[in-house]
Amino acid sequence: MTAITQVGHRSLSGQVSLPSTVRLGISRSVLEIKSFFRRKERVAFTFALPVVLQVIFGAIFSGKVPGTNVPYREYFTCGIIAVGIVTTTFTNLGIGIVAERDDGTLKRLAGTPMPKTAYFIGKAVSGLVVSVLETAILLVIGVAFLGLSVPHSPARWFTFAWVFVLSVVAFSLLGVAVSGLASSSQSAPVVLQFPYLVLSFISGVYFVYGSLPRVIQDVAAVFPLKWLCQGLRSVFLPGGFARAEPAHSWQHGEIALVLGAWVVASLVVCVRTFRWQGRDEAR
Amino acid sequence: MVDTDTALRVRGLRKKYGDLIAVDGLDLDVRRGEVFALLGPNGAGKTTTVEICEGYRSRDEGEVTVLGADPARAERGGRQARLWRSRVGIVLQSGTESGELTVREIVQHYASCYPRRRDTGEVLAAVGLSEKAGARLRQLSGGQRRRLDVALGIVGRPELLFLDEPTTGFDPEARRRFWDLICGLSHDGTTILLTTHYLDEAEALADRVTVIADGRIQATGTPAELGGRDTAMATVTWHDEEGRRSVQTGTPARTVAELAARFGGEIPRLTVTRPSLEDTYLTLIRAPQGSAQDGARR
Repeated sequence: MTAITQVGHRSLSGQVSLPSTVRLGISRSVLEIKSFFRRKERVAFTFALPVVLQVIFGAIFSGKVPGTNVPYREYFTCGIIAVGIVTTTFTNLGIGIVAERDDGTLKRLAGTPMPKTAYFIGKAVSGLVVSVLETAILLVIGVAFLGLSVPHSPARWFTFAWVFVLSVVAFSLLGVAVSGLASSSQSAPVVLQFPYLVLSFISGVYFVYGSLPRVIQDVAAVFPLKWLCQGLRSVFLPGGFARAEPAHSWQHGEIALVLGAWVVASLVVCVRTFRWQGRDEAR
Repeated sequence: MVDTDTALRVRGLRKKYGDLIAVDGLDLDVRRGEVFALLGPNGAGKTTTVEICEGYRSRDEGEVTVLGADPARAERGGRQARLWRSRVGIVLQSGTESGELTVREIVQHYASCYPRRRDTGEVLAAVGLSEKAGARLRQLSGGQRRRLDVALGIVGRPELLFLDEPTTGFDPEARRRFWDLICGLSHDGTTILLTTHYLDEAEALADRVTVIADGRIQATGTPAELGGRDTAMATVTWHDEEGRRSVQTGTPARTVAELAARFGGEIPRLTVTRPSLEDTYLTLIRAPQGSAQDGARR
């Protein structure tokens, strides 16, 4: 064996200095992003799904949202952008984590001095990067072919920014939290797609939220997707459309509150229940 | 730190899975700097014991001290736990890191977690993966992947290295090279706790061996002395006009001298053997001892 020299640091006091969580988080983020983009078919399908949905809906539906002057295409484009965020964060991350738990990657990480937080940072940052790209693609298509107008005031861009970031963080953390429910990577896609599919039908993605039965509206209002869609509509639809919302306003305060509450709640669940190992191990 | 000579100390360790008793009152002492092998059949409790010492599993009873700390506290996180983790290297039985990262990237990433990390290039050279440094993980063969597991286990310069059946699935040449690597690490002062199915591996690497079966220790000793091997009766066999002859004796030299006198020189087809490590091991695990310490030697 060759002689092995020492890299790394000891501080003056002789204390061993551990690499900081932030630095390790950045290191994880780079690794996650590389892994994602090198898996060509996964990249292709992740980006393709919302685009195909957008194109199909754009081809099938014309007309306006009842009682307004807003074309239905613009309405569901907001919804599809929301769906894009959910698939790149919640679904993708959740399935990825279950796979890493299954193949022993997480168990190995648990045996290193890397803090859990650094792992979460890596997931969240890669989710953010992929979501930004996905959203950019959908916006370009929406503006070029479906009559969506780019927000023209700084206030709208500001709303877009905070709604986007809050949602990415909330759905990323939720993906981590829900990944604990899947016992293996075989069941992971079902476990993670179920809530996303159900919510996408009741949260104002494909159907106009205001036209849904009251009970369904109330159920959807508990979950974050409805608020994300509504936030995006406030960015991309004419200001007057707010009157057509069931609350007759964009409810920015409520959006921030509900999304923020989901961030906190799922963070708590993550920290308390996140498992490095499968359920039958580590007893 | 009561005992700085001891890297790992286990007393009265017990672990049940439902009704199954996996570990039933185990004591272990691994001294600093030694290579210690844990031998035993499948289901003997080796992996459970090792995983408790690694901080992966909880225990039902007993005391465990690894590098001066209780591994059960590693789960809680925090600075102390991270510092402890940085001194322990783990090569799991089922490491299957796969995917689109390159060998160099993954080793560098793991290295970045440790305060006293080794140089990536040197670690890759040590495990014989220098040529594969730019290869994607999914392109590695089983043996190469296993060597990567070892690379990830030693990149943090651990004081104590756990190796759980590290050479399962290796071809003979790869095993030899792996043994050289382990000897080199041990030479550099790394304490190594190894579990294995292979007796030649234990014989080649270990300073001391413990055989466990049914969750209990059957014997502990150097490979040469295990289970009283060194003082066991020798078997002398030879051939005369009636065919193959064999006697068991505590004084083989005298037997051979008498035979030499009888034959007036060379004894046809003479062999003198003592029980091999394998013979001893098979005897030990076939008739597991109820009480733990029989046959233990210093």
